[in-house]
Amino acid sequence: MPLYHNDDQAMLKDSVAPFVAEQAPVSHLRKLRDSADATGFSRDLWTQFTEMGLPGMLVPEAHGGLGMGHMEAGIVLEEIGRNLTPSPFLATSVGAVAALAKAGGTQAGRWLPAIASGEAIIALAIDEGAKHRPDRIATTATRAGNGFRLDGKKSFVLHGHVADMSIVAAKTDGGITLFAVPKDAKGLTADPRRLVDSSLASHVILDGVEVDADAVIGEVDAGGDILDALLAATRTGAAAEMVGVGQGAMDMTVTYLKERKQFGKLIGEFQGLQHRAAHLYGEMEVARATVMKAQQLLDEGSEGAKLMVSVAKAKAGRAANLAVREGVQMHGGIGMTDEYDIGLYMKRDRALAEYMGDVHYHIDQVARMNGY
Amino acid sequence: MSDLDAFRAEVRGWLEANCPAEMREPIREEGDVCWGGRNWVFKNDAQKRWLEACAAKGYTVPDWPKAYGGAGLTPEQTKVFKQEMKRIHARSPLDSFGIWMLGPALLQFGTEEQKVQYLNPIARGEIRWCQGYSEPGSGSDLVSLQTFGEDKGDHWVVNGSKIWTSYADQADWIFCLVRTDKANKYQGITFMLFDMASPGVTTKPILLISGNSPFCETFFDDVEVPKTQYIGEINRGWDVAKYLLGHEREMISGGGAGGDMVSIGGAFAKAFGKNAAGELDDPILRAEMAAFDVDVFAYRAMGERFMDMWKTGRAHPASSNMMKYVGTELNKRRHELVMSGGGSEALEWDSEETKGGARARGWLRTKANSIEGGTSEVMLNVIAKRILDLPGA
Repeated sequence: MPLYHNDDQAMLKDSVAPFVAEQAPVSHLRKLRDSADATGFSRDLWTQFTEMGLPGMLVPEAHGGLGMGHMEAGIVLEEIGRNLTPSPFLATSVGAVAALAKAGGTQAGRWLPAIASGEAIIALAIDEGAKHRPDRIATTATRAGNGFRLDGKKSFVLHGHVADMSIVAAKTDGGITLFAVPKDAKGLTADPRRLVDSSLASHVILDGVEVDADAVIGEVDAGGDILDALLAATRTGAAAEMVGVGQGAMDMTVTYLKERKQFGKLIGEFQGLQHRAAHLYGEMEVARATVMKAQQLLDEGSEGAKLMVSVAKAKAGRAANLAVREGVQMHGGIGMTDEYDIGLYMKRDRALAEYMGDVHYHIDQVARMNGY
Repeated sequence: MSDLDAFRAEVRGWLEANCPAEMREPIREEGDVCWGGRNWVFKNDAQKRWLEACAAKGYTVPDWPKAYGGAGLTPEQTKVFKQEMKRIHARSPLDSFGIWMLGPALLQFGTEEQKVQYLNPIARGEIRWCQGYSEPGSGSDLVSLQTFGEDKGDHWVVNGSKIWTSYADQADWIFCLVRTDKANKYQGITFMLFDMASPGVTTKPILLISGNSPFCETFFDDVEVPKTQYIGEINRGWDVAKYLLGHEREMISGGGAGGDMVSIGGAFAKAFGKNAAGELDDPILRAEMAAFDVDVFAYRAMGERFMDMWKTGRAHPASSNMMKYVGTELNKRRHELVMSGGGSEALEWDSEETKGGARARGWLRTKANSIEGGTSEVMLNVIAKRILDLPGA
C-alpha cells in the first residue's frame, strides 16, 4: 500500500472537507461556546454526520457500518481538526468502535449498530488522574450478585455527562476488564467541566455501580488487549486531528504572512519569518506521513503498529504545537485577541496533546518499546 | 506463487550463491565501501568477486535497462531486491556518483549513443566520477559559476577552478558545469563530461576538521573538451544540473541520514548500562535519545511517503528540498547524541579501539550535511518560495 490517499480515499476527502468546512467552521465552535451550551457539541450536526454515514465508518458492515479503516477515519478527523469542530466522533466512532469490534459478543451487538445509526454517544472512561497512566488503573470491579460492582473515579472523560454508555476500564482479580456502563446506572455520576478549548469533559464517580455480568466487554480479566485496541485507535485518531489543527493554524499563518504589511513590506518577505514557516512546513509534512503510517499499520493489523502509534502521537503533538505557537507569534498582537481564530487553535491543540498520553508519555513508550 | 514471489525466491537463491560472507558484515571503515574506477584497489578478494558478480547480473543498478548494464527490474522487483539484500545485511557492491547522480541525468537527458557509452562502464564500476559544480566564492549560489569554456569549433577550451569536488583526486572522469555564454546567467551553462587525465587538470585535497580530505580543489588550465562530450543542450546545462541536484539531495537525505536510521537508544543501552528499572542509566540522555528516535521513525515514514509520491508524480517538485533539510538536520542531531553516548571514548582521535576515532571523525563529517548540496538555509528559502509561495523570497 502506497503512503498516500488512493482514489476512493481522495473522493472521501473531497466530500468530507467541504461538508465540515461549510457546516462546522470555527464560527460553529464560537457559537456553541458563546451560548454556553451544555452538551459540548451540536446534535443537529451529529445528525448530518449520520446522514453521511460517518459515525459508523469503522463499524463492521455486519453491524450496520461501512467497514472502513483508520486511514479513512483519519480523513474525517483531520477536517474536524482543521475546523476545530466539536464532535463525539473520536471517542465514539473511533475509540469505542475499536474496542467493541475487537471484543465482539453481546456488547458489540448492542452498541455497534447504535453507533452506526448515530443514536449512541459513547464515552471512554480510562484516565484517573491529571496525566494519562493506563497501566495504573485503580478503579475496581468486584463480583456482586449476578454481575459486578464498580468503584472508583475517572477523569478527562469527554462527553461523559451526555454519553449513552461509558466504557469503563477497571481492575479485576486477574487483570483489566472493560465494562459497558449505561447512562442511567445507579451510583454513576458525571460532573462536566469546561476545558480551555471550550469542550466539556467529566469527572466521573463510580460509587458502587452495579452492572450485570453481560456488561463485560469481551472477557473478564482479558480486557488488556481490548484496551490496547481502544488506545491505539484513539491515540492515532487524536494525532490525525492534531495534524488537522496544525495544518489549519499553519494555513492561517502563511496566509497572514502574505497579507500583513510592516516596515513597508509584506512580513512574508522577511527571511527570519520565511525560514520559520518553511521549517514548520517540514515538521507538519513529517507528522502527516507518520500519522498515515500508523493508520496504515493499524489497518493491516501489523505488529509494528504500536510503536508507530506512539511515534505518531508524539510527532503530531510536537508539530501541531509548533504550528499553533508560531501561529500566535507570527500574528503578533492580534494573535492574542479572542476575536481572531488562531488562539482557538492553540487551545484545541493543548487539549488534544494531553488526550490519551502527551508527547512525553509517548516518547517514553518509544524508549521502552526499543528496550531502553 | 505470484511472479513477485518467484522473483524473490530467485534473488534469494542468487544472493545465497554469490554474496560472499565478508560482504555481509557492517561497513566499518572507508575501505569497506567499494567505489570502483581505474585505480581502485580492492580491499580483499571478496569485494572484487561481489562487484563482478553483481555487475554481470546487472545488480549494481538493478532498475536500469539491461542495454545500459542494469537488470531491467520493475519498481516492485527493485523493492524486493533491496529487501533481500537488506535481509542478509549485504553491502552495496558499488557506491558511485555515476550511479546516484550522473546515471539518472544521462537516462533523462543523454542520447542513445551516450547512454550506451557511459552507463555501461558506470554499472560495472570501471569509471569513477566526480562532480564539478561548486566554485570558490559561489557556495550554494551555483549559478554564479565562472569556469569558462571558450568555443573553438569542434572543442571547448576550459579555464577556471572548482571546489568541494568530492574525491576528485581519485576520480577518473568529471561531470562539470561550465559557463559557455557569459551574457546569460541561467541559460549560459553547459553540462560537460571529461577525463580527469586530460592535460591541464590538477587537483588538491582539502584537509577538513575531521582530519580527512574527502574534498578537493580542482583546477582547469586550458583543458580541451571535445564538442561531443556534453549532456542535454549547449547552454542548457542548468536543466540537467537541477535534475541531478534533486537526486543528490535524495542521496544526502536518504543515504546520509536514512541509511542508518535505527533506534539510537536501543543501540546505546547495551554499551551505556541500565538502571534497576531497566532504563538507560541517564534519564536526561535517555529522554533526548527517545525524542530523537521518535523523529527517526517519523522521518522513515516520511521517506516512504515521499518515495511513493515521487514515483507517481504526486510529490511537489520542491519536496526533495524539504527531505534534504529535515534529513540532514536529523543526521547532525544523531551524531551529537553518538558523541554524548560515547563519552570520553568517543573523543579518542586515532586509537585502534575506536577505529581511528571513527565516531569523532564521523561526527565532524556530518556538519557538512547541511552545507553540501545546498545549505539548510537555501533549502528553507526554496520551500518558502516554491511551496509556501511567500512573497519576495
